[in-house]
Amino acid sequence: MDFVLVILASGVATGTVLLYATVGEIFSERSGVLNLGVEGMMLVGAMTAYKVTAATSDPWLGLLAAMLAAGAVSQVHAFIAITLQADQVVSGLALNFLATGLSLVLGEGLTSLRDVVPTLPSFTISLLSQIPWLGRILFTKQSVMVYVGYIFIPLAWYYINRTRPGMHLRSVGEYPAAADSLGISVFSLRYFYVFVGGMMAGLAGATISLSISPGWFAALTTAGQGWIAVGLVIFAQWNPARAAVGAYTFGALRRLVLDIQGPTTLLGFANPFFYNPYYGFFLKMLPYAFTVVVLVIGSREANRKRIGTPAALGLPYIRGQRGL
Amino acid sequence: MTQADSTKPIMGFKLPFKMKVEPRVVDPPRWYSPMLSVIAVVVALMIGALVIWLGGGEPWKVYAHIARSSFGSVGVLSDTMVKAIPLMLVGLACSFAFRMRLWNIGAEGQFFLGAFGASMIVLLPVLPEEAPKWQFIIVMALSGMLFGALWGFVPGFLKAKFNVNEIISTLMMNYIAVEWNNFFIYAVWTEGGFQMSRMFQRNAWLPRLSDFAEAIPVFRGLTTHMGLLFAIVAAIILWLVLSKSQWGYEIRLIGDNPRAAEYAGISISKNVILVMLVSGALAGLAGMSEIAGVVHRLQGAISPGYGYTGIIIAWLAKLNPLAVILVSILFGALILAGREVQPSGVPTLIQGVIMVSLIAIDFFLRNRIRITRRVEE
Amino acid sequence: MDQTNKPNEITNVVRMQGIVKRFPGVLANNQVDFELRRGEVHALLGENGAGKSTLMNVLAGLYRPDGGTVIVNDKVVNFSSPRDAINAGIGMVHQHFMLVPSQSVTENVLLGLDEPRFRMHLPRYNRKIAEIAGQYGLHVDPAAKIWQLSVGEQQRVEILKMLYRGADVLIMDEPTAVLAPSEIEELFKTLRSMTAQGKSIVFISHKLHEVMEISDRVTVLQKGVVTSACLPISSVTRADLARLMVGREVVFRVEKKHVEPGEVVLSVKDLQADNDKGLPALRGVSLDVREGEVVGLAGVAGNGQSELAETLVGLRPVLGGKVIVNQKDVTNKPVKFGIRQGVSLIPADRTQVGTAPNLSVTDNVIMKKYDQAPIGQGWMVNALEANKYAAELKEAYDIMVPTVDTSVRLLSGGNLQKVILAREISSEPKLMIAVQPTRGLDVGAIEGVQRLLLAQRADGAAILLISEELEELLSLSDRVYVIYEGGIMGEVADGDIEKIGQMMTGTRLEQIEMQGEA
Repeated sequence: MDFVLVILASGVATGTVLLYATVGEIFSERSGVLNLGVEGMMLVGAMTAYKVTAATSDPWLGLLAAMLAAGAVSQVHAFIAITLQADQVVSGLALNFLATGLSLVLGEGLTSLRDVVPTLPSFTISLLSQIPWLGRILFTKQSVMVYVGYIFIPLAWYYINRTRPGMHLRSVGEYPAAADSLGISVFSLRYFYVFVGGMMAGLAGATISLSISPGWFAALTTAGQGWIAVGLVIFAQWNPARAAVGAYTFGALRRLVLDIQGPTTLLGFANPFFYNPYYGFFLKMLPYAFTVVVLVIGSREANRKRIGTPAALGLPYIRGQRGL
Repeated sequence: MTQADSTKPIMGFKLPFKMKVEPRVVDPPRWYSPMLSVIAVVVALMIGALVIWLGGGEPWKVYAHIARSSFGSVGVLSDTMVKAIPLMLVGLACSFAFRMRLWNIGAEGQFFLGAFGASMIVLLPVLPEEAPKWQFIIVMALSGMLFGALWGFVPGFLKAKFNVNEIISTLMMNYIAVEWNNFFIYAVWTEGGFQMSRMFQRNAWLPRLSDFAEAIPVFRGLTTHMGLLFAIVAAIILWLVLSKSQWGYEIRLIGDNPRAAEYAGISISKNVILVMLVSGALAGLAGMSEIAGVVHRLQGAISPGYGYTGIIIAWLAKLNPLAVILVSILFGALILAGREVQPSGVPTLIQGVIMVSLIAIDFFLRNRIRITRRVEE
Repeated sequence: MDQTNKPNEITNVVRMQGIVKRFPGVLANNQVDFELRRGEVHALLGENGAGKSTLMNVLAGLYRPDGGTVIVNDKVVNFSSPRDAINAGIGMVHQHFMLVPSQSVTENVLLGLDEPRFRMHLPRYNRKIAEIAGQYGLHVDPAAKIWQLSVGEQQRVEILKMLYRGADVLIMDEPTAVLAPSEIEELFKTLRSMTAQGKSIVFISHKLHEVMEISDRVTVLQKGVVTSACLPISSVTRADLARLMVGREVVFRVEKKHVEPGEVVLSVKDLQADNDKGLPALRGVSLDVREGEVVGLAGVAGNGQSELAETLVGLRPVLGGKVIVNQKDVTNKPVKFGIRQGVSLIPADRTQVGTAPNLSVTDNVIMKKYDQAPIGQGWMVNALEANKYAAELKEAYDIMVPTVDTSVRLLSGGNLQKVILAREISSEPKLMIAVQPTRGLDVGAIEGVQRLLLAQRADGAAILLISEELEELLSLSDRVYVIYEGGIMGEVADGDIEKIGQMMTGTRLEQIEMQGEA
């Protein structure tokens, strides 16, 4: 039983990374801008966080720098997609190359720094950790970023669905011409939410390199989690609450894949995965294969209901063009 | 209509002229688009230089080094071609899919599966060890294409049947492909515990120029292999298909407006699957030619991200199969020389900058800027 | 503003002087003057492309004029955004509603305002908006989502949006185009109640009878120039207006030769299909179209017309019933099968469905012929034949392009429609389904399209004309079916506009006839 709790607890921690990246992308897509550069922006965030923290020994400063750096990088996409009205898919791919290259160049030499760089604090919330099961999973020796994540989910949901700026955000992604006709600046809102998405991706990256698995391992730091996040947005149907479900499930799955090779017995039986190098490779495929499965589920649901997708997602806004 | 005019004062003072961005009302001349691409590359190289300079390097030395070590002699030119061959094939794979606006980002995974499919013929073995070379070449190529196509089929099918976003599914398939190959090189075909298979026997190698050195002495030591022929033939076939055939017309129509294509009675799902099959097969052939022409064994590090570079090549070539061949040679040089450039991320960065400038500059294909003198108000 | 203005005192709320607005290649407004009085309905009349909407978009702050002045309440204004215009009391109801479908009425009304400060407080605002709606007789549920509302209700939300912002001037851009006759009546009632309460209304239209009915004064535009300014409506006749609008005498009826209808070409029996949301759109439609006959399908937008057209050509699955073309069952057959039976569709949406914008004129006209000889040869498309064919069509249909290699996205609406018509008519269809074939075209182009359709009829084609323009339907059709909520309400052969109007709002023909007898 302990084993399950440990996996779930570390799954929540791993899932927090996906949570930030996914919700960030939800903000961007809700405003109508598809940004496929999440993976690259996360790398920029992870690298910046680690580099700044190594230089200043202040992980909070590292975190802030990571968010600003990834946010800044996201503006390249914003400029191309919003101002130059280029294809958002291609632009997002380009941003990925750019951001990945940037993080590799600037992250040169950081790999050997491990152990000397301080990480973000982890702690137990004494009262809540007493709750049976859940206390062990959610509130025991978790990183501060995990706790921030818990608060962040309802806030993000509330912001999008129940506030005036959230309503403006949705209108810009659904029907920019309507928003424009009422004096809402489609351009600046889109720029802003792409920036928010970038900052969140940066936050996700910093959460990896300063907390969940500290260090800089070049492109392996994120290992495709940015792409999984983009996939989760579809599964989440642009809803932060559903994104949380997806992110934590995925986190648990990723941990399971790594941790299941540890114990000798599993639920009383001999563990067939026990340090078995052969199964290991197939286990590692699971999160990626599962993403595809989740996409199938999400796409079928979206097809059936024909709702969820922001209507103007991926379309540049040109004033005076009918219907957009 | 875009009305981004600059009549508002910028930073407190007025410019002496008006700049207006307008959508084009006539098609730009034919030379305009390639010219923009060239400008984009030049701009990208300049930005790259800036980054290298900021990083404390000497940009012109780096570029001179890249040029020398990729085009400096017949020998290095041949090495450049060797790097360019897989790029040509994945570039073609991407171009073909992108023509239909089908975003196959999975050329990397299809490349790995192609390599796997080709190796299988030797390692399983499917053909007896002493089978003649021509048999090996044909069967390995077919098997590589088959496995690449299979890897392309899965996302194609999911897209056609469930409308699953192919960008994410093809990307996920890349990660799965790498683990798939790892399983075989670690667990099944490992040679003495190393993470690689045994070296293939000579008759499973693609012929190289140096094989003909006895007849033509100039070819001595040149490693350019038969994969180049595959790539050129594939490019010509693709060009014929895309610009001359009825199928190519369907692909272009779907790519430009899927609803119009449906209305003209063209099946989109059928074409999604077919195009993914062909695209996957081409990337698979790239994997096969790399394995049979260069590496001669199955191992982990067979691609420095060829599949991803293929995306940029396709874009720079404006999805024209013949242009893919030329652009690939440039990128082959970048990858070849890039191995020695420090820091190691520079080639990726330059690729990224090239792609960003390319997309940005496309703005001028759709719009033009009119500068008029400001009339005093 | 002085609020003690007596109603009989004449004050100009808006004056526009010498407005000039250019677009690439077009002079949309050339020295246009316009004025609007407090409490009047001022009609702005003109053909499509005459510059009415442009002028009002300038007033609403959407476009900045290249010249001229706008004076609101005796102050020169310089709007740089719609928000400035709204702050000055000017609101515009666009032809295409500017409403976010997934949001509620209240959310749409509040969009872009500075209130509420952060939290939405929806119940409070629902009440407030219901109150304002009641004041002007605009019946709509504030909590409903826009996509659940009818077109008429959506229009009320648009008006509500402007009233909530305290607009004194309301610009209505072709407000009746999407409404059924009874809804038009209700709209006119609302407009009168608003002018009675001191609001001013600009009524943009090209429909003469509506202008005659609702407006106090009229300004006519033609090709960007005012041909007559601020005429009191009592001083003009319908024929005067028509002449001022078009610049020549207009024939209201299209010449139609007598053609004896032949065999039944299209026979639809109890057809059922769903819309994009998965809700029933067609609930048992039955109709026939014969050779040499134009059959109209009247109805307010969104009652299943587009679904019917798509179902007939095989773009939408049939869930029940049968479609028979020339005695062949084409139900749920692929689109190509229908094309081979001689079925042709002129889609409502020229850019989204009808053409591929970045492909050349040639590529667009061969869309249904690329796989047939002589253009399709073996596996190839014969480029020479294709270009020859395109050049022939360019000549025959007078498509104005420099060369057939031009991308069609650069074509004007009228030329784009010619490309589509050329493609469809040259395939010599047995059945032609034309959806809104003249929408958004100028008068000359409309006449051309209508003449082409009638020529097809004379050649013995069966034509199903789906349109929201009643006048067009009546002048072209031999018979008219009326569709309402996915069902056929009845069929009229004598062009009885009263009956059609009643059927468009959901009364069955049998019911109307019973009432008539009673």
